[in-house]
Amino acid sequence: MNKIIKSALESIKDIKDGDTLMLGGFGLCGIPENLIFALREKGIKNLTCISNNAGVNDFGIGLLLQQKQVKKMISSYVGENDLFERMVLSGELEIELVPQGTLAERIRAGGAGIGGFYTPTGVGTIIADGKETKIIDGREYILELPLKADFSLIKGYIGDTSGNLVYRKTARNFNPMMATAGRITIAEVEEIVEIGILNPEEVITPGIYVKRLIKGEHYQKRIEQKTVRKV
Amino acid sequence: MTLLTREQMAQRIARELEDGFYVNLGIGIPTLVANYIPENISIVLQSENGLLGIGPFPIDGQEDADLINAGKQTITTIPEASFFSNADSFAMIRGGHIDLTVLGALEVDQEGNLANWMIPGKMVKGMGGAMDLVAGTKRVIVCMQHKNKAGESKILKKCSLPLTGVKCVNKIVTDMAVLEFTKEGLKLLEKAPGITVEEIKNSTEADLIIEGEIPDMIF
Repeated sequence: MNKIIKSALESIKDIKDGDTLMLGGFGLCGIPENLIFALREKGIKNLTCISNNAGVNDFGIGLLLQQKQVKKMISSYVGENDLFERMVLSGELEIELVPQGTLAERIRAGGAGIGGFYTPTGVGTIIADGKETKIIDGREYILELPLKADFSLIKGYIGDTSGNLVYRKTARNFNPMMATAGRITIAEVEEIVEIGILNPEEVITPGIYVKRLIKGEHYQKRIEQKTVRKV
Repeated sequence: MTLLTREQMAQRIARELEDGFYVNLGIGIPTLVANYIPENISIVLQSENGLLGIGPFPIDGQEDADLINAGKQTITTIPEASFFSNADSFAMIRGGHIDLTVLGALEVDQEGNLANWMIPGKMVKGMGGAMDLVAGTKRVIVCMQHKNKAGESKILKKCSLPLTGVKCVNKIVTDMAVLEFTKEGLKLLEKAPGITVEEIKNSTEADLIIEGEIPDMIF
């Protein structure tokens, strides 16, 4: 089974206006850079983007915000992007904030066929407003529902031609759960290898979740906060 | 009245660490705590973006874009480190496996409620992982200035800002004092050197339990 698509643009050919996308990454770490550039080039609009963050002004999802391609963001933290702030204040962009662990678990639930889960996170806060609550073993929990997407756009480190993926360091973050929660998951990787090369014991995302695989042509891998030790 | 510096607050919090603790440090002053871990104990630092075992910042030129902490700073790992997804990371946090978290705050009240993510009318940046951390971690220490920029107490009878968590704070370390939530209420444990109990009382809106002689903080 060969899932390799030649170009990022071709891999997103059936993403259309108004679709819901999941985009992997934490800050600018482990984001699908090449697929985001393809989304920008194709100019699809009215997207709902589920992603922990919203990039910075001129990179990551920020590139889609610049072109006004995003209608709504579902994120846990959007503080690094002042373009984002202006668009929310002017009403051009809708934002749903979700606690980070709840966001990760809602995505996991979406991919795992779970209809919802009770979590203690957000009890007694505005996050609990309008949500069902339940006392379990004397503690209060709120019901959170799963998240799914039309397409998940994720970033792996190495993939094999069957779609098995491994990640690198903290660039894993939201990518494995998102791989499971998209109706169609498109993965970009830095290197594609033949089947049998990856150690099955070390595969993090089994190939069943990955419908399309591209080799990212360019990686900037920008660093948001370069912090070094004084020697 | 000489308030503690950020470094002194971090030094005081470091004394709360115990050998074998798994700890998550928030952004800002809490991150500085890592600089003052006592040499005779072993601590493993967790980063909610999927790492257990944060090491020192890298040497210039050796930074790796694929290796960052929750504040998006470049970091390194210690030899026993492990990587995992955000879902696994928050299972670890929510599941009560992390011994201690240290977080900043806008307000804390005498019930132990915490507000640290949102000021209505101002741009909301998001709560990140704070709500999960305070809901799941065994022990929550708040580290903050005792008063805000307008000189008003940040330790209140009742939080006015939207909450991050309910009855979740165990201890507060400020630039004036160390306070602990007990069954009886909020108790003054220690004062910063050179600060009087009277000054702390005058700087605190919340009701305080003050018993006997209040010792100076030790760093």
